[in-house]
Amino acid sequence: MKYYSEEHEWILVEDDEATIGISEYAAAELGDITYVELPMEDDDVIVGDTLGVIESVKAASDVYSPITGTVIEVNSELEDNPGLINESAEKAGWICKLGNIDVAELDDLMTPDAYAKYLKTLA
Amino acid sequence: MKLIFDKGKPGRRGSSLPKMDVPPENAVPAQFRRRTAAKLPEVSEQDVIRHYTLLSRKNMGVDTNFYPLGSCTMKYNPKVNERAASLPGFAELHPLLPQLRRGGALTQGALEVIYETQRLLCELLGFADCTMQPLAGAHGELTGIMLIAAYHKARGDHARKVLLIPDAAHGTNPASAMVGGFITQTVASDAEGNVDIEDLKKHLGPDTAGLMLTCPNTLGLFDKNVQEVCRLVHETGGLNYCDGANQNAVMGRVCPGQIGFDVMHVNIHKSFSTPHGGGGPGAGPVLVGECLVPYLPVSRVEKRDDGTYTLRYHCEESIGYIAPFYGNFGIILRAYAYILTLGREGLKRISENAVLNANYMRVRLAPYFDQKVDRPCMHECVFSAAPQAKKGVHALDIAKALIDRGFHPPTMYFPLIVHEALMIEPTETESKETLDEFIDALIEVVKLVDTDPESILAAPVTTPVRRLDETSAARNPNLADI
Repeated sequence: MKYYSEEHEWILVEDDEATIGISEYAAAELGDITYVELPMEDDDVIVGDTLGVIESVKAASDVYSPITGTVIEVNSELEDNPGLINESAEKAGWICKLGNIDVAELDDLMTPDAYAKYLKTLA
Repeated sequence: MKLIFDKGKPGRRGSSLPKMDVPPENAVPAQFRRRTAAKLPEVSEQDVIRHYTLLSRKNMGVDTNFYPLGSCTMKYNPKVNERAASLPGFAELHPLLPQLRRGGALTQGALEVIYETQRLLCELLGFADCTMQPLAGAHGELTGIMLIAAYHKARGDHARKVLLIPDAAHGTNPASAMVGGFITQTVASDAEGNVDIEDLKKHLGPDTAGLMLTCPNTLGLFDKNVQEVCRLVHETGGLNYCDGANQNAVMGRVCPGQIGFDVMHVNIHKSFSTPHGGGGPGAGPVLVGECLVPYLPVSRVEKRDDGTYTLRYHCEESIGYIAPFYGNFGIILRAYAYILTLGREGLKRISENAVLNANYMRVRLAPYFDQKVDRPCMHECVFSAAPQAKKGVHALDIAKALIDRGFHPPTMYFPLIVHEALMIEPTETESKETLDEFIDALIEVVKLVDTDPESILAAPVTTPVRRLDETSAARNPNLADI
């Protein structure tokens, strides 16, 4: 199941693993992404912690963790090809995977429908 | 335009030197001698002069064009300040001179300039003491943060690790706090653009080292809650840092030292009109209240009872050296000349006119853009080009179109809390006619968004190079590959 945060991260939960990235809306807003600072594997994070930094031609923005957990994998392809987030923010441009997650926290996030409605309020 | 390397001809020289009559092995040891000739342009003196004169004519600066780059305060730099800085007695001073035996007597004028500039800034801003050492605004921030750390450390108060930073702060604030070893937490703004008092209260606690407030903030707004914010932070034992980068809006009107700030920096190259060329040199003097005076960096300029000046290096509780010598002396000197030229009343009028110009621009342009908050601004105004973005023309495109019309673009996409931001800072040195020309050009561009958007998307068309490939430049900053 996929969820979104108000800070425009998406989180896809499969079994007890969560894949995290930034939404297509966020990628489009940032413009061409030029650098991604990834978290370290085995980092423990709680909700709201900084998972990494995304730099674009417009700005540098933190990526916040929408959930508590431990980083088990990072998308190292982004180091050489940060533009992958512009091409495919919600698939190939994922940022990291977390294990050890607390699924109860997902209740605080938005479903894809709710996120679509949220985006309309931002315009 | 050709690169200078692509001009000229093999063998052409700017000057003819006589044949060397010293055997090379006697002149330079073998291991230091070139094996192949240096790859220099082979051009005549005239080729060089024409090349660089042409290049300089393509330059856009505040001496040639209106330059409303928000947040940067690109005001005109009066040339009398340059004259003062080029006086041989100042310009030819050696920085080690005051440390040499009897050198102090030869540097009294320079030491007096530093001392007096500190004194004038203290008086203007309401603080007890000042250091002119920091070499830029962000360097001043770091210095101020080190002072806050030294203060808590001296009191044995080691739990205070968090610096609170409102979301309308300068981006350098959290960066400086991190470099200074603190953890940062963001405090939200309220609907009017002030610090959200309720959110601030949630963040305050025994771990609060202090708060950094950019005031006026990056929305060009003066925080109406500033006294309450300072009071609340003091109550919990934290210190208040004022990022005074935007002091040019409130000079002579607001005394940050008297409204609860313990430490602040000002950007000499912004408020006090020194050049911004090529990323520097800048100066970010730091002013402090009594509680932080013992920690100021060395060296300190002091006035003796007989009216002479000396440098003091031994201050037990000082944070130590933060920069070589005495700061960017030439810049301090220009600022001193600027302050003396204007005087207290003049500085006040500077700020009044900076605010008046920004509000004139805000009111005339308001019908064409969105605004996050609709209230009088300080020295700069921020618009959102969201209405244009919906039609496919973004803030970046509007900025490029302004270049074709002879204006340096405003700041874009900053502050981050404004969607499609265009941040305009006219400064006090511009006439109403210039402001009107700019406003009319911007309105013309906005109208073209409806009638001929392609022409905006194609801009600039009058420049030596059109749109730069910023993405490649950022992703692969390697000129050798091009």
